[in-house]
Amino acid sequence: MTDQFPVLIVIIPLIFALITPLLGWWREKLCYPWVILSLALCMLCSIFILGKVIDTGVIHYYLGNWMPPWGIEYVIDHLNAMMLVIISTTGLIVAVYSKKNIKQEIDGSIVYFYTLFLLQVAGFLGIVITGDMFNLYVFLEITSLAGYALIAAGEDGAPFASFRYIIMGTIGACFYLLGVGYLYIATGSLNIADLARLLPDLYGSKVILVAFAFFFTGVAIKMALFPLHFWLPDAYTKAPSAASALIAPLMTKVAVYVMLRIMFTVFKPSLSIDMLPVTDIMIWLGIAAIVAGAVMALAQTDFKRMLCYIVVAEIGYMVGGTGIANSIAIKGVILHILNDAIMTLGMFLVAGIIYYQTKSHNLTDFKDLFKKMPFTMAAFVITALSIIGVPPTCGFFSKWYLIQGAIIANCWAFVAALLFSSLINIILFFRIFEIGYGFSEADGHEHGHEKVLISEAPMSMLIPTIITAVGIMLIGIYNQPILNNIIQFAVPKL
Amino acid sequence: MLDIIIAKYNYWIYIILMMIGFYAMIGKKNLIKKIIGMNIFQTAIILFYISTAYKKGGATLPIIEHGHGEHVSHAIEVSSYLNPLPHVLMLTAIVVMVATLGVALAIVLKMYRRYNTLEEDEILKAIK
Repeated sequence: MTDQFPVLIVIIPLIFALITPLLGWWREKLCYPWVILSLALCMLCSIFILGKVIDTGVIHYYLGNWMPPWGIEYVIDHLNAMMLVIISTTGLIVAVYSKKNIKQEIDGSIVYFYTLFLLQVAGFLGIVITGDMFNLYVFLEITSLAGYALIAAGEDGAPFASFRYIIMGTIGACFYLLGVGYLYIATGSLNIADLARLLPDLYGSKVILVAFAFFFTGVAIKMALFPLHFWLPDAYTKAPSAASALIAPLMTKVAVYVMLRIMFTVFKPSLSIDMLPVTDIMIWLGIAAIVAGAVMALAQTDFKRMLCYIVVAEIGYMVGGTGIANSIAIKGVILHILNDAIMTLGMFLVAGIIYYQTKSHNLTDFKDLFKKMPFTMAAFVITALSIIGVPPTCGFFSKWYLIQGAIIANCWAFVAALLFSSLINIILFFRIFEIGYGFSEADGHEHGHEKVLISEAPMSMLIPTIITAVGIMLIGIYNQPILNNIIQFAVPKL
Repeated sequence: MLDIIIAKYNYWIYIILMMIGFYAMIGKKNLIKKIIGMNIFQTAIILFYISTAYKKGGATLPIIEHGHGEHVSHAIEVSSYLNPLPHVLMLTAIVVMVATLGVALAIVLKMYRRYNTLEEDEILKAIK
């Protein structure tokens, strides 16, 4: 039974997603426990797989027992075992959280929401687990399609944002597909391990370079790298809270994972670092993304939109860190995938709670929130400190490795960009603290007697948020065991 | 130059089709035209894949004649059969295309009901 876990982890959400509409047609209330059950099973599988990978090393699973390179193969090493745990845990947390707020935001189509939700998680898990280039494309499209539909369910303007995302996302996916086609022409193989074996002899060929360019551009669109990020802020701002809490932490991070796979597993570092100037381009794109994301975030008055631009800046951290391409920076990138996923999750969960209570994302409506919702705002403060990068929250450590890597590589512009973005983050979040505490109005006026009642969010929303905040602290405190047991093995040999 | 174009004309057509689709996706204001452009773009990729499966010299469908019975043991000449794998991949890609088209049309329908127009600039005006 445990041998089958790699395939079960994809099949469970897929099958459960197919049954959800039937179940919802019979009893709508059963959908919620049903989704929780499937994602909890998924999480157990992924944690078990992670443990097994740490104990015994890389797991290969041959679908239908067809040997690679002909059959489709699932390969799980340390990097994707970690990604599996991140995805399934995030999925479970958001599923628990979604109970009340989707009733408020999209009442009437809860069944379809949960179906799409499970399909989306299945797609993410599939992208991460597969060892086959074309299979990855199919899963990429499953996630994207589910994501388009989830985003379109949001507030006014959401369908239009989703439509833009469809156009951009389709271009990205098609570029990826073309890249697969070029590699197939050159090698006759689709299996990642097989490609890695065949490709080094062909590195001089233009076909390979074109394939690399297509892959890079396609994945850059999917991860919203700076000049190609225009679809992201609209789409994530207008999506329903639960949908954005699922998509925002995972979609971009999974795309970064695909980028790492393509750069360091499909192609060897000898091509992607030594032969092509792509790493320099990545550093500068990363710097541009960090600066542009930070500045644009500063200009926003909408909380969720501000978070979206922070996501754009964080993508810059990861792409720039990959561009620096020494083992410390890559270690920082992989740790930052974990940290950024959980930080973004925490932020969007808080945004969802605030929207649930106040019906607004606007920063000016944040007045007295610290008194009204002490627990939510405590979680918010921890997450904010982590995004700024204050120890012992997890955000500090990945930034630390990124900066260390950049200093070793003498890449001072990237160090400057990271520090600049941290400073901007301080301004961003302290502005919100100020509004939330009501400092700006307290002076002069004597209205301190006005009693603000505590109106905290419902437990089903509060508990996942607090768990996420505690997780941020725990990952920060236990970053050494995580680095030594998992990430150290995930860093490619450079 | 002309020789290159004629010898690989299907690849040139794939690039031209792709650019037409790309232009429609970016340049057109009407949402349905954008979707049509998206479809042309994806179809161009299908043409590309199918072209790669082709072999010169009278290669035929990969259905092995006399595969059963007495002649089982005879060797199979690879060059006399087309490569079936790109076709199979494109079957999957067609399914993905249809699904994308469906989602895109559903979203456009939703927008049309809401704003009563399919022009991008008018919708943008209505949102703001």
